[in-house]
Amino acid sequence: MSAFSAVRIPFPAVVAARSTGEKPSSPFLCSPAAAPGIHSSPLRSPRLGRPPLAVSSDVLSSQKPLGSNSSPSYQAVISRDEALELYEDMVLGRVFEDMCAQMYYRGKMFGFVHLYNGQEAVSTGFIKLLETRDSVVSTYRDHVHAISKGVPARAVMAELFGKATGCCRGQGGSMHMFSEPHNLLGGFAFIGEGIPVATGAAFSSKYRHEVLKEARPDGLDVTVAFFGDGTCNNGQFFECLNMAELWKLPIVFVVENNLWAIGMSHLRATSDPEIWKKGPAFGMPGVHVDGMDVLKVREVAMEAIARARNGEGPTLVECETYRFRGHSLADPDELRKADEKSHYAARDPIVSLKKYILEKNLASESELKAIEKKIDDIIEEAVEFADSSPHPPRSQLLENVFADPKGFGIGPDGKYRCEDPKFTEGTAQV
Amino acid sequence: MAAALQTAALLSASPNLIDPQRFRVGLLARSLIGRRGSIFVVRSDGRTSGFFNAKSRSGNFITNAVATKADASTSSTASKPGHELLLFEALREGLEEEMDRDPHVCVMGEDVGHYGGSYKVTKGLATKYGDLRVLDTPIAENSFTGMGIGAAMTGLRPIVEGMNMGFLLLAYNQISNNCGMLHYTSGGQFKIPIVIRGPGGVGRQLGAEHSQRLESYFQSIPGLQMVACSTPYNAKGLMKAAIRSENPVVLFEHVLLYNLKERIPDEEYVLCLEEAEMVRPGEHVTILTYSRMRYHVMQAVKTLVNKGYDPEVIDIRSLKPFDLYTIGNSVKKTHRVLIVEECMRTGGIGSSLRAAIIDNFWDYLDAPIMCLSSQDVPTPYAGTLEEWTVVQPAQIVAAVEQLCQ
Repeated sequence: MSAFSAVRIPFPAVVAARSTGEKPSSPFLCSPAAAPGIHSSPLRSPRLGRPPLAVSSDVLSSQKPLGSNSSPSYQAVISRDEALELYEDMVLGRVFEDMCAQMYYRGKMFGFVHLYNGQEAVSTGFIKLLETRDSVVSTYRDHVHAISKGVPARAVMAELFGKATGCCRGQGGSMHMFSEPHNLLGGFAFIGEGIPVATGAAFSSKYRHEVLKEARPDGLDVTVAFFGDGTCNNGQFFECLNMAELWKLPIVFVVENNLWAIGMSHLRATSDPEIWKKGPAFGMPGVHVDGMDVLKVREVAMEAIARARNGEGPTLVECETYRFRGHSLADPDELRKADEKSHYAARDPIVSLKKYILEKNLASESELKAIEKKIDDIIEEAVEFADSSPHPPRSQLLENVFADPKGFGIGPDGKYRCEDPKFTEGTAQV
Repeated sequence: MAAALQTAALLSASPNLIDPQRFRVGLLARSLIGRRGSIFVVRSDGRTSGFFNAKSRSGNFITNAVATKADASTSSTASKPGHELLLFEALREGLEEEMDRDPHVCVMGEDVGHYGGSYKVTKGLATKYGDLRVLDTPIAENSFTGMGIGAAMTGLRPIVEGMNMGFLLLAYNQISNNCGMLHYTSGGQFKIPIVIRGPGGVGRQLGAEHSQRLESYFQSIPGLQMVACSTPYNAKGLMKAAIRSENPVVLFEHVLLYNLKERIPDEEYVLCLEEAEMVRPGEHVTILTYSRMRYHVMQAVKTLVNKGYDPEVIDIRSLKPFDLYTIGNSVKKTHRVLIVEECMRTGGIGSSLRAAIIDNFWDYLDAPIMCLSSQDVPTPYAGTLEEWTVVQPAQIVAAVEQLCQ
């Protein structure tokens, strides 16, 4: 067993078994633990008996064993098509981020840009299991979450260039990626502030089901909230774990523990660094998974998403992962040690998956190269598109401040300010 | 009238109306007083009670701030149209009508459900609509406000209640960053039709932290609208308007005004969020005010009228944005402006309003704009000190006399 994978202990059944259907057994969640369908009242009486700790891990033993590359050691659990989909998505994320770095140093994008290199397994592992109706909430490290969710690379690139054709019309930027058609609810600059928004989206999903009676046979819309290790010391994290479990909201809390919050090591900031343990403290399962292995992430994600969809409530998933670049493009990244970096570089999720695909004969080397070429073309096209797109015109300045521009008020002439032609020109003084 | 007495008694009494004992006493007092023709002003602790009785001038104005007959029933009688209720009941009525009308409207906050709200604004609603539509939250303002924002982005229309407006300071992260900004940073993709409401203002010796006026803190947040209600009529109308608005709206209520009684129309009505309310037309001076200070102003107006002044009183209602049309027309008529507010002097609504008037109506002013605000002091507990931190009618009278020299 690799040094960093989790030992999984199923917890015993606490409520009545399902009356219908067979839940596939899994070492992660005990099948009979399913609650009977979706609860009608969020204010149920407290369950008798908390689930005991779901997992243990030796990731934080004092001597971090820099063992061999963690390779997926189970049977081919994915089909060829799925494997190629995962591969393509991760390569897309990686090449996109590398291009971002290039463009930044060429002066095409500015400000704070936080790249996701190395963490692709988490984004791909979770988001490729979601449907369009499911929501994703991210942080400032959101480019790859956006792309995995389906936002076209050209729209994200144009947004980074600050062009009017960006997914947020150039008004959001790197840290505020939104896409309504893809249910990407942001893109947040302050850590932790996206988690309540994700909780709200999950609340909506439950509300639609129970109050509006828009029941779907395939379950609730799920929300997946991504955030980092630093966020797990923030109040909003804990407050939302509490509320999500209290009301059994269909949400998955995904911690991308890359061990560093800018220059603050997770171990220096956190009294108990094992974040997955904080789930059971609130009554929900906490799982630790090797976030450099997309197949392991995917396996855990399937369970967690199914739980949420079935109305069983939230799950806290801690993905041990690593960012190959600095915190942002402005970070000199001097504090992280070379051996730590090389350890994780050796566990590059894309390299691992490629190795797996070739070993299991799911595809040939040339097919993978063809995918890489295809991605290169997509990214090239995205850059061209962004380059040639127009900057936002002045008239865009005052649009979108209010959904209903009557909010700008009534002017001295008795007319609404938004009826003033200077508004459409963007030159009005608010 | 009897109801006036009850209103006044309850205004002077502790605003801690979650004490059912006190509530019953108030009602008992009402029935005991009888139906005489005179209006009582009940004083307690040497303080004036701040209610007034305004006459109807035209359609847009409130009819009667205080009901003249103590009716056992609240249905309309043959002699008077409409029905009588207290301000918190008016808020509830507006809320209930909107919840009936649109199933996406929901409420979340501390003790809004089973408890019925700390000021009873949501009483009975959880029984009627269920625990999910009227959601009792844990004590986590930042997170449940953020949850409301996430719910609003995904199709619901939540009303987030701050048990006391001051508690929403904890939610400032969400209100500023997400509530105000997400529509913009998402390029217009997500709207946030949330209403954030709750009681604020200086009460009766509630202490510094429960006596805060957050309107000055929130006014800079772009993308946010702020309104303050002051009568049962405008409370219901603004509540409905705020819920129907696609913008995030902060509705400021005042702890001391929840028991104001008024007769309001039976027919449905929705007020305009951006408009100010003409309380009393006049010629000599424009007095701009909002929320509880409206009543101190009207108390002062009685004295001023006796002294021969004719002040025009406007309840600005919309704290952000300002209704520059109503205000401007008034300034153009009277040429003198007095702003009376409960905010602190520094960075308050008054200072913004003053700047807006100077920018837009400088040529019409015959005198510098006077602004009476609360002292820049944390509200003291001691009653005498507390009284001196807020603007009292006597100061308003003096200010008008000075302005009109």
